[in-house]
Amino acid sequence: MEVYLDNAATTKPRKEVVEAMVYAMEELYANPSSLHRKGVEVEKSIKNTRKLIAKALGCKDQEFYFTSGGTESNNIAIRGIVEANHRFGKHIITSKIEHPSVLNTFNDLEAKGYGVTYLEVNHEGFISVDELRNAMKEDTILVAIMHVNNEVGSIQPIDEIGKIIKGKNPKTLFHVDAIQSFGKIKFNVANTLVDTLAISGHKLHGPKGIGGLYVRKGLKIRPMVTGGGHEMGLRAGTENVPGILGLGAAVKHQMAQQEEIISKMITLKKYLVERIQEEVKEVVIHNGMEADFAPHIINVSFIGVKSEVLLHSLEGDGIYVSSGSACSSKKKGFSHVLTAMKLKNTLIDSSLRLSISDTNTKEEIDYGVNQIKKQVELLRKIMR
Amino acid sequence: MDKVIVIRYGEIMLKGANKRFFEDKLVKQIRHALGDLGKPKVYKQHSRIYVDVEGYDENQLIERIRRVFGVTLISTSKRFDVDLDRIREEALKELRDRVKYDGAKTFKVETKRVDKNFPLGSLDLSRELGGHLLKNVDEVQVDVHNPDTMIYVEIREKAFVFSNKIMGLGGLPVGCNGKGLLLLSGGIDSPVAGWMVAKRGVEIAAVHFHSYPFTSERAKEKVMDLARIVSGYVGQFKVYSVNLLPIQKEINEKCPPEEMTILSRRFMMMIAERVASKIGANGLITGESLGQVASQTIESLHATNSAVSIPVFRPLIAMDKVDIIEIARKIDTYETSILPFEDCCTVFLPKRPVTKPRLDKILRSEAKLDVEALIEAAISNMEIERITLDEE
Repeated sequence: MEVYLDNAATTKPRKEVVEAMVYAMEELYANPSSLHRKGVEVEKSIKNTRKLIAKALGCKDQEFYFTSGGTESNNIAIRGIVEANHRFGKHIITSKIEHPSVLNTFNDLEAKGYGVTYLEVNHEGFISVDELRNAMKEDTILVAIMHVNNEVGSIQPIDEIGKIIKGKNPKTLFHVDAIQSFGKIKFNVANTLVDTLAISGHKLHGPKGIGGLYVRKGLKIRPMVTGGGHEMGLRAGTENVPGILGLGAAVKHQMAQQEEIISKMITLKKYLVERIQEEVKEVVIHNGMEADFAPHIINVSFIGVKSEVLLHSLEGDGIYVSSGSACSSKKKGFSHVLTAMKLKNTLIDSSLRLSISDTNTKEEIDYGVNQIKKQVELLRKIMR
Repeated sequence: MDKVIVIRYGEIMLKGANKRFFEDKLVKQIRHALGDLGKPKVYKQHSRIYVDVEGYDENQLIERIRRVFGVTLISTSKRFDVDLDRIREEALKELRDRVKYDGAKTFKVETKRVDKNFPLGSLDLSRELGGHLLKNVDEVQVDVHNPDTMIYVEIREKAFVFSNKIMGLGGLPVGCNGKGLLLLSGGIDSPVAGWMVAKRGVEIAAVHFHSYPFTSERAKEKVMDLARIVSGYVGQFKVYSVNLLPIQKEINEKCPPEEMTILSRRFMMMIAERVASKIGANGLITGESLGQVASQTIESLHATNSAVSIPVFRPLIAMDKVDIIEIARKIDTYETSILPFEDCCTVFLPKRPVTKPRLDKILRSEAKLDVEALIEAAISNMEIERITLDEE
């Protein structure tokens, strides 16, 4: 039995996604910029997809741009905002638990002379809005906070964060990395004070190599890639038509059945956590079941069991998961998120991330928990 | 006229009566190294090996040939019937090319007359050609001490004119010195050790130990990548992968934790010895270097070495790490070796390994294990992978 519990890393494309991509490659192969009818036909399909995704996000069509994925979206937003606004200030804020595509971009800007505040998180992975309020300065030009953390699933209160930012300094821009939350947590950008927001295709059963960026209308962003003026000048390059159509198919599915998908994930998550707690001794679950945790991510430490060893043992049973640390004798393999949460080394060393999708089943969870129990007991005996 | 790559081989020349055997091996190795490019003609003539360039990419041929052990010098030469006017003409073209492509401003002619029937002696011919070149090429001068380019002329059964001499790696052709089994890990040392011994003409096979699932697939892939780089020098060979985990579990359960490493290494040696005898290898090769880690003190090496009776070659034994790294960089294994995946399981690493194990104590611990059965089981579960050149 193959049980894929690594859906926060990437997901399997849905059948209709694959079909849409094949169709795009076989039929819609013309260049959407070409003047002839065949090009116009492709342009139209991109336009329709843009409309579909904009609707899912709650923004206008012209506010959504296709990119190569989450990493690029985060880079365009952060670097683009900073470059366009550097004369207003040199201070930027983010959190310590961001995805590397945000964190390393901030590190790079810091090396280029920007002042960066990295907000702490508590032991559950939440930033403190008070700390954010105090960190805000007159010359703060950008705050970037992720919506859902990819390792522990904590949901940052982006509505409240937006209000605090704009209350302190209306000129400060607010970027949200929504790569783990889009389609899995309901939100509408029109109802928030978010200025830019990044999404990715392959986290919700779409293709890899495609993503998008919401940019509030009227906002100035300096493009990083210049060329033929594609994507309204924000990101040049002939459109990834199969990717765009694949993403469209994925979003269409996700939005049409969002209620069912979310409630199924919550049910499975709850079941998985309960079964683990019932079956396995000495476990610490790092995320809660409350509404401020994402429905698809479970982070759990099996005390005394090195997580990468457990990961490879489970892969032998056909179960695929992620670990909070690499099998390394050195500390550098530790997760920066769990470290920022100030978890004890023994917990970080043994932390496993199980991430589910609505495509998982109860039977898979049963099998998964049984094998986890078996392997954990076996490994504990060996590791004494 | 045709273009040939001229290959010279140093040490083989000293081999007296066995010379032919070594030469034939070298021709075979060169043919093998060029095999996937097509079938360029490789042949031996008057103590040199020639490769006909016609129809092939000269640089690609040289890139391959320079990795073959036993080759000392490589040149790309024009070859034509002996005739003084032709020689003048071709030497002139050669110098003009060097001026045009390399910006050479000074030159020196060096002549070798093997065919004594040619009327001019070496020195006379050099002088004659030098004058001819000076007269016909503007703005170049002769510099006998430090010329920008050499113009080599050789008079043999044919005339040869060339200007480049590329150093080969030296050593002896693989396969003329028997077969050895390399204990290959994902580290920096063992690929270098294998390369060094192969350079002395030894055919290589490798055995690799892992602790899957305690170590990852990527660690194994990394070892295979290293093997592939080494095969660029030694030709195709086999890698035997052995899972040591069942043995490590037994040791972990029954023996003192500080002896884990030494006991594991004894098992590796014993398994390697069995594999060697199966495949007709008469020596083991390891990347051990004195003092690098706890298992590489003289005491530890004594404890692991005495597990086997087959000779164990340790070419790095007295080398400093920086010198080993230098070779690893030269042969292109370094970047792969430093990738982070560990192939040796850290779970069982003792906090304080013994650095001066006493053999009698180690043997007493080992006696608690069913050594024979563990080795048998490990070998029967062994996987074999053939590493070939063309997977680049």
